[in-house]
Amino acid sequence: MGEILRQNLFSPVALAFALGVVAKLIRSEFSLPKDVYTALSVYLLFALGIKGGVELGHAGASAIAWPAAATLLIGCVTPITAYVTLRRLGRFSISDSAGIAAHYGSVSAVTYIAAQTFVKGMGAEPEGYMPTLLTLLESPGIHIALAIGAMKTASPDRDTKSVLHEVLTGRTMVLLVGGLVIGLLMGEKNWQTIEPFYDSKGAVFKGALTLFILEMGIVAGSRLGDLRKVGPFLLGFGVLMPIVHGALGVWLGSLAGLSVGGATMLGAMAASASYIAAPPAVRITLPEANPTYYLTASLAITFPFNILFGIPIYFQLAQWLHG
Amino acid sequence: MEMVPLKLVTIVAEPVLEEQLTAELRRLGARGFTVTDSRGEGSRGIRASEVPGQGIRIETVVSAAVADRVLAHIAKHYFPSYAVIAYLSTVEVVRGEKYV
Repeated sequence: MGEILRQNLFSPVALAFALGVVAKLIRSEFSLPKDVYTALSVYLLFALGIKGGVELGHAGASAIAWPAAATLLIGCVTPITAYVTLRRLGRFSISDSAGIAAHYGSVSAVTYIAAQTFVKGMGAEPEGYMPTLLTLLESPGIHIALAIGAMKTASPDRDTKSVLHEVLTGRTMVLLVGGLVIGLLMGEKNWQTIEPFYDSKGAVFKGALTLFILEMGIVAGSRLGDLRKVGPFLLGFGVLMPIVHGALGVWLGSLAGLSVGGATMLGAMAASASYIAAPPAVRITLPEANPTYYLTASLAITFPFNILFGIPIYFQLAQWLHG
Repeated sequence: MEMVPLKLVTIVAEPVLEEQLTAELRRLGARGFTVTDSRGEGSRGIRASEVPGQGIRIETVVSAAVADRVLAHIAKHYFPSYAVIAYLSTVEVVRGEKYV
């Protein structure tokens, strides 16, 4: 375990993240221009989608049925466990609990990519259709948590239709689902013509990921000051909730027949907290929920925890469950 | 040149509110508006966007009656929970009929 952790801490992803945090701590003026950051995320998500679509063509519907069911189950369970934990144990308000739960019920695509890079580096090739699972996990958690919040506070918020539109037409969904369809339609032969640019094993993809994570480090670093504001409970929650959700993901993934690599990735997905799709949806629907809580928990606590320690832990757990 | 006095309403808000706010401005009687990206910090100190400190600034030139409606609407629906400020100034424009 120690060796795996050490290897992960010295990976380009972890080191780039650390540099981002350090840059913020020493108050360097450097940061990636916003448009570059957005462009990189578009590239990464689109690449994931296309490759996933090509692989989905190979896999067929029967292979993916159980893993898909496990993923949807996770998407329904994690917002509820997060909500109940925050409300009952943490004594957070209904809006704050539901707002944070929406983030933990959804998924962070960057954590997903980091987990993919990690398991491939460990020689545990995951199933090719994993990006399909990523799209399945993106939205249910947000809706369930927001529904809990809206029901319990009975606030005159925007109708659910516009929130549904917001989440389903967001950057992540359009690029992932669109990429999946494109990959599925174009097939292996066409894929080979664009593979050097989009392949997740390739230098372009990994280089782009490192740059993106560098900016994530800066964003997380700029929220470190808020750690003092959120209190010890949320700090503990940001580390322990991912471990519980991660273990659930690894276990259900293994039951559904995923390999060590696939189960690790499902664990990382379940453990991760969204910070692209969830924040605007929560801000619009639950305005009373304090953004400092949900953004700090997902960006400054859970994201770094998963990247640095969580993913190796889920990998170890998956290996153990697979004997 | 004949100048017409009108009201300029400026709203500085979280980027997440852009679509909602501009649709509401139209509904309340504004004939047009301008949105620009902005940066800054205020009493709430934090904005619900990936990049902290980013905001938008919406400007619209309207009649005094519409300006009143807009400010009342914003005060009621946004001031309690969002990082939003709004203020009014009197401006002079040519082609006054274009704005009302």
